[in-house]
Formats: sequence, structure tokens, C-alpha cells
Amino acid sequence: MSEPAHITVHLHGDPKYLAGVREMVASVARRLGFDELSCSQLALAVDEALCNVIRHGYQGQDERPIWIRIWPEPLESLKSDAPPGIRVVIEDEAAQVDPAAMQGRELDDVRPGGLGVHIIREVMDEAIYEKRSGGVGMSLTLIKRGNVTPTVGAQGPTQGPKGNASCGNDPA
Amino acid sequence: MPAGADTVEIRDSDRPGVAVVVPKGDIDMSCSPQLRDALRRVQDKRPERIVVDLASVRYMDSSGLATLVEAMKNAKQHQTRLVLCAMNDKVLAIFEIARLHQYFVISDSLDQAYEA
Repeated sequence: MSEPAHITVHLHGDPKYLAGVREMVASVARRLGFDELSCSQLALAVDEALCNVIRHGYQGQDERPIWIRIWPEPLESLKSDAPPGIRVVIEDEAAQVDPAAMQGRELDDVRPGGLGVHIIREVMDEAIYEKRSGGVGMSLTLIKRGNVTPTVGAQGPTQGPKGNASCGNDPA
Repeated sequence: MPAGADTVEIRDSDRPGVAVVVPKGDIDMSCSPQLRDALRRVQDKRPERIVVDLASVRYMDSSGLATLVEAMKNAKQHQTRLVLCAMNDKVLAIFEIARLHQYFVISDSLDQAYEA
């Protein structure tokens, strides 16, 4: 995307920062017009993506860098009555893997671990893994689109196809 | 431990053979190891029943799920009844996304968990 990110965060891959990132992402999504359910889902997806980088990409090396960049999606949604949307790109410097291999595992096999990618794909409208240019690092693009804001007097927000879960922090 | 930090308590129940594990706050990758340690300590004592009271858990990610799946497998191996209780809708939702709500015994309240 040629438009510079509206928000850029550079953090160490340390699990203690996960809560802060969740709160930031949910707060930004809320201000872009997402309902509370979608804010929670977005925070969960970003949390799971960061966990995967920390655990599998960096194997717990907690000073390795992760970058998070955020845009409204599409950009015009900021200036119109269109439903809100958000694009979050998460990049790292971990060893590259085949993006096609980034699939959720079979859920019938109940065992610890391996659920992160499944959760991400379940709650986001798009989740696109790519190799970064330069031969080092992976990029994950997450896109979530919101629902039409109800008019005054209408019933509460309707749930979209991904609106069946809520897992983030409550607003302050 | 700073104020408001995520913690895990282990309580002895007044009911014989029952141990209660009480995680608090956000169960994510940073604190799920504490929950894992607490569950292992309790399981080492071989109680008949372990209740995980989730009433004070605001958030859980897949690392928390993995910790509880591991505990459930250990419990089955040792014929211990493991029951989760009092989880809020947001926490229940992640169990449903992962389709694990059918794998666990989940009760609405602590009192019900003693009987489930």
C-alpha cells in the first residue's frame, strides 16, 4: 500500500506487551466506528499473530523486532458514511516460511497448541501471509470490515458473518 | 507483583478431594505459564476434582486454551475430574471458535462445578 500507515508501532517480541497492543488496536478500531464485538475480535487476531511470531518465528527471543502498521480500509471510509474497515499489517524478521503452509490445523485433533492461525482466519475477513522482500521476515495482512451503522431508532448493530465471538478487553 | 497484575491462586475447598484454581486477569502468552504451573502443582496432589474458576478472567487467547487442554489431558490420565466454571461470554467465545467447549465440562457457577 503506497499510502503511509496512519499508525506505526515498533515493539520487541516480548509477551508482556501483548496486553498493551490489544488495548491499542481495540481502541483504534472503536474510533474508526467498529462495534464492540469487532473490536474484540480484531484485538484477538492481532494477539494471536504476535504470539505466533514470538513463539514460532523468534522462538522466545524477546528483543527481536515486530512492526505493526494500521490503515483505515478502504482509506475513503474515513471520509464517508461507508461501513468502517481496518487493515493491520504485522511484519517481523523471522525465518521465512511458505505462506501456503500457514493454515489452521484440524480441530478434531484435540491437543495443546496450533490454534492461533485457525482463530485468526475465523475472526478476520482476510488474513494474508507473505514473505517480505529481501529474503528475511514474514508479513501478515489482516483486514476486517465492519457493519453498516444503524440509523437512529433502529435496533442495535447487526452481526456480520464474522460476528459470532467476542474475546478482547472491555473498554475502560 | 505490581498492583492489578494477572495472577493465579490455588484454594483449598471445604469439600474433601476438591482443589480450586483461580486465575485472574488476562490469560495470554505472558501469564499462561503461571496457570500451567498452578495446575501442575494441584494435579501433583492427585485430587478427585479440580475446579478452574474463571470468573475473574477478562480475556483468554490460544495460549490459555492450550494450557487448559494440557491440564484436561493430564486430568483424564489420572482419573481427576476437571471442571471449568463461571467464564464470561468473551472467554466462552474463544472456546467455541476453537470448538473446545464440547471437550470440557463447563459450569455456570462455582457451586455447580462442585457437582458437575
